[in-house]
Amino acid sequence: MKHYEVEILDAKTREKLCFLDKVEPHATIAEIKNLFTKTHPQWYPAHQSLCLDPKGKSLKDEDVLQKLPVGTTATLYFRDLGAQISWVTVFLTEYAGPLFIYLLFYFRVPFIYSHKYDFTSSRHTVVHLACICHSFHYIKRLLETLFVHRFSHGTMPLRNIFKNCTYYWGFAAWMAYYINHPLYTPPTYGAQQVKLALAIFVICQLGNFSIHMALRDLRPAGSKTRKIPYPSKNPFTWLFLLVSCPNYTYEVGSWIGFAIMTQCLPVALFSLVGFTQVTIWAKGKHRSYLKEFQDYPPLRMPIIPFLL
Amino acid sequence: MVIARRFGATQPVSQLWLVLAIAMVRFYMEKGTHKGLYKSIQKTLKFFQTFALLEIVHCLIGIVPTSVIVAGVQVSSRIFMVWLITHSIKPIQNEESVVLFLVAWTVTEITRYSFYTFSLLDHLPYFIKWARYNFFIILYPVGVAGELLTIYAALPYVKKTGMFSIRLPNKYNVSFDYYYFLLITMASYIPLFPQLYFHMLRQRRKVLHGEVIVEKDD
Repeated sequence: MKHYEVEILDAKTREKLCFLDKVEPHATIAEIKNLFTKTHPQWYPAHQSLCLDPKGKSLKDEDVLQKLPVGTTATLYFRDLGAQISWVTVFLTEYAGPLFIYLLFYFRVPFIYSHKYDFTSSRHTVVHLACICHSFHYIKRLLETLFVHRFSHGTMPLRNIFKNCTYYWGFAAWMAYYINHPLYTPPTYGAQQVKLALAIFVICQLGNFSIHMALRDLRPAGSKTRKIPYPSKNPFTWLFLLVSCPNYTYEVGSWIGFAIMTQCLPVALFSLVGFTQVTIWAKGKHRSYLKEFQDYPPLRMPIIPFLL
Repeated sequence: MVIARRFGATQPVSQLWLVLAIAMVRFYMEKGTHKGLYKSIQKTLKFFQTFALLEIVHCLIGIVPTSVIVAGVQVSSRIFMVWLITHSIKPIQNEESVVLFLVAWTVTEITRYSFYTFSLLDHLPYFIKWARYNFFIILYPVGVAGELLTIYAALPYVKKTGMFSIRLPNKYNVSFDYYYFLLITMASYIPLFPQLYFHMLRQRRKVLHGEVIVEKDD
């Protein structure tokens, strides 16, 4: 069996960092990264980006050496991705925060509102309902992170956790402050408005969960395969007929429901900002689907049926 | 053709600021005091600064080599000062700090736009380049001092009148306190100002330092 030689150069300085000889032809990039870590222990595999070209796209961990356009002496370029953190850790931290923070405001912990209101309870039913909905939403997200989602990347850059937590925790505090305020004003159209909003919220939560399960079932455990999602017997998945990312559609719907339920402007602003972000993601996902699959259903829009 | 188009965009702006500078000098020479200065130039100033939104467009389409974000921050802070502070809070219009930042802005803009204009004509006198990369060393801190002192002077009036603020309870369950907003704005100068200042210092070293080395070889 012919062995390969692999030399790894720094993408910026072209300095020779590592030379591996007697590499098996069917070795994967992941295995090469492990070998590289042996000589440079400060760069564990998640830190490493290896490419065929100094400015090119990163090679995937599953790529096999033999199948790459290289001779028997392969030159790979290395880029340091910086400190990494696992997606699971980031998700758990950014979701646990809002859950906990909202409850601090709900129970009117001292030093938030005037001291005469410490540990008092709101007299409006909608405020209690809002707490249940908000808490349910984030508990659902935490459980999905632990048991449902199958991530295609293991890690992301460390600075993301600070950025993401500031966003989630900051908005949670801002919304919770007004909803649980002693001077909170309940919705203009009373119980009718709250009931309608609750229905929207519940439907969208169920929808979002159904889509997450459908996406999970597309991908076998431990793999990184990508397939086109299709509607199933579950009516909530029928949105796949019209939209590439119905999980995002349902997510925005949930927050709109919550905004109507609480009639709170900060919630509406949070929904708007969130909508902008998931639309960017949905458009990106839609574009990758179109690029990867020739037979992608033409009727589908990224996030809003027929519109966006 | 491209050069003519770019020239047309930068030339009028430097002239606008020159007009403003002359108006300010004339006022001071006639009246001998800065009191009432703001009132006399305010319409012109508001027109220019709002017109400065074009800056962002210039950056976007590449006429001016500054990044969109830097220009965005700059223009936003100018518009904030002109419309949300000096225009809206009349009692502080005669503060000395107002003259401080007006002078800093005027000199900076005249220098900067002359630099762009002459660069486009490929006829850049060394003095203009020197000015563009050295004046800021004094002008930036002076301008920032003027702005911060003006906002600080405005605080008591804002607190007393409760202007631009929304209080609870209200239908949309939101509140906004302009007083605290101003405090946060003042605090934000602490991280932002050094970044802009050191950016300009680095640009200066790159441009002027490089120049010096070439001259030595000659």
